[in-house]
Amino acid sequence: MDFYFGLIQIIGVHTLLGLSAYCVLLTGQVSLAQAGFFAIGAYVAGMLTVIAQWPLVPALGVSALVAGATACAVGFPALRVKGLMLVVATVAFGEAVRLFFFNFTYQVQAGNIRLGPHGGEGFRQIRYFPENGWTTLDVMLFIWAVVALVMAGLWWLNRSRAGAVLRAVGEDELAAQSTGINITAVKISAMTVGGVIAGIGGGIFAHYTTHIEHVQFGVVLATFAIAYPILGGLSNVFGTLLAVIFIQGFLIEGLRFMGDWRNLLFGGLIVLAMNVRPRGLLDAGAMLALKRLFFSRKERSDA
Amino acid sequence: MLDLQAVSKHFGGVRAVDGVDLTVARGQILGLIGPNGSGKSTIVNLICGLFPLTSGRIVYNGADIADLPPHARVTMGIARTFQNIRLFGQLTVWQNLWVAQNSSEQRKQNFLKRWLGGSRSAREEIDRTLEFFDLAHKRDELAGNLAFGEQRRLEFARALSAKPALLLLDEPAAGMNAEEIDQLDGRIRRMRQDGITVLLIEHHVELVMSVADRIAVLNFGQKIAEGTPAAVQANPVVREAYLGTAAAA
Ligand SMILES: Nc1ncnc2c1ncn2[C@@H]1O[C@H](COP(=O)(O)OP(=O)(O)O)[C@@H](O)[C@H]1O
Ligand SMILES: [Mg+2]
Repeated sequence: MDFYFGLIQIIGVHTLLGLSAYCVLLTGQVSLAQAGFFAIGAYVAGMLTVIAQWPLVPALGVSALVAGATACAVGFPALRVKGLMLVVATVAFGEAVRLFFFNFTYQVQAGNIRLGPHGGEGFRQIRYFPENGWTTLDVMLFIWAVVALVMAGLWWLNRSRAGAVLRAVGEDELAAQSTGINITAVKISAMTVGGVIAGIGGGIFAHYTTHIEHVQFGVVLATFAIAYPILGGLSNVFGTLLAVIFIQGFLIEGLRFMGDWRNLLFGGLIVLAMNVRPRGLLDAGAMLALKRLFFSRKERSDA
Repeated sequence: MLDLQAVSKHFGGVRAVDGVDLTVARGQILGLIGPNGSGKSTIVNLICGLFPLTSGRIVYNGADIADLPPHARVTMGIARTFQNIRLFGQLTVWQNLWVAQNSSEQRKQNFLKRWLGGSRSAREEIDRTLEFFDLAHKRDELAGNLAFGEQRRLEFARALSAKPALLLLDEPAAGMNAEEIDQLDGRIRRMRQDGITVLLIEHHVELVMSVADRIAVLNFGQKIAEGTPAAVQANPVVREAYLGTAAAA
């Protein structure tokens, strides 16, 4: 049972990570910086509950703010470049964050142990959940409440004018500019919202794993972050969720028996999926087909 | 209203626009004609700020706008259509107009209302515009799925969404049949009634001659003539450079 709880928690946290990349991808930007924002969220939230003894929710709020502010600041220079150059710039940022935490030590004495981030050894003993008597089920419910909240927010944003503007910028920057959209402001806003979501995700991640270290936040995590919305498609937030379930639940856990061959299969499947469905599993066409199915049923029952 | 003063744009060795002076008077429809590659679209792109001038000045309502980014020019009241249609194909027809509501007046709305909900009046404006362009029945279609003529109309409609004072139409009749051109003619005349100044770039000589108050003629990036439609039509230089070749073709 604990295995499944663990898996469901991973899926929840990775959904947040994927959604943070989704926001940025809507504006047509491929960002590999999301793992960096996630790392910032993880360390900030962890330090606040462990060292400053804050409750979890305000700690997550602050980690969201710090990660969001970082994303906003990174957005200004990074979004001046496009395409491959942006990928390179954001990878560089992600690696810089990782190396920062590799060298970052800030510990306090608590009884006979020292608490806090300790460079390459990482940050151990983030024991907010066990110390406060949260069961695995409580943790799982908490994670999914946050995921549901974020998904509802993004779903609503998607239907708003802001969502349409993000997509307009993603589709054709030149046309967007020519209709009066300030594309720089839009891209930086998307980056900031993405940073906020990644910060929350990272903060939660730190608490359920209880031990974080720099290697967890490398390029691999950044690649996962962007793979989810690309595979899931941009028409809808549920695409990202589906992609996380598929990758984490099926490819990583379901195929564990294949050992290292799994990675090869993983890469192959992503390439295949993107060839068969270049706009993601749940693209605009699929959504339209689903709607038609629903509406034609209704018409028949009306008749 | 709009004054181009000795405007030039060179792409490497190509002098796409070469020292053009052009005045668009308020409330007028100015036709801009010229053979393919004579620099018409480049002039529109320069007015919209898609790339910097090589030299010269662009003065709009008395202010030099040459350094303003494209979106700021839209807010000041300059909107355009594209010769090769550039709609947001993955957005619905309705959303295409929604995202383009960027006039200074629309920008003054309450932030949350503007970005999240949209005021009732903003929604009604979109519905009215769609009605005017005979696209109301397509409001929920993806723009990319529209027929060609409908896409042209939607481009025009989207440009109006930002409530422009100056409208730049880059070959709006290209690829249209006679009936569609007739409707377009009516809609452009309606712009004048509504007090919108129009710069109309068009290949379709009949249309320009019929709706424009004045016509300027470009050839190889230079203005070779300007005047009333009748005067331009009678001008031998123009006949040779443009109308003549069209008649011969
Ligand atoms: N972005 C660009 N880069 C390089 N050359 C360009 C560009 N835009 C236009 N040109 C060149 O400028 C000249 C004028 O083009 P254009 O303004 O599109 O003509 P028109 O609209 O009158 O047909 C052409 O020779 C074209 O090849
Ligand atoms: Mg042209």
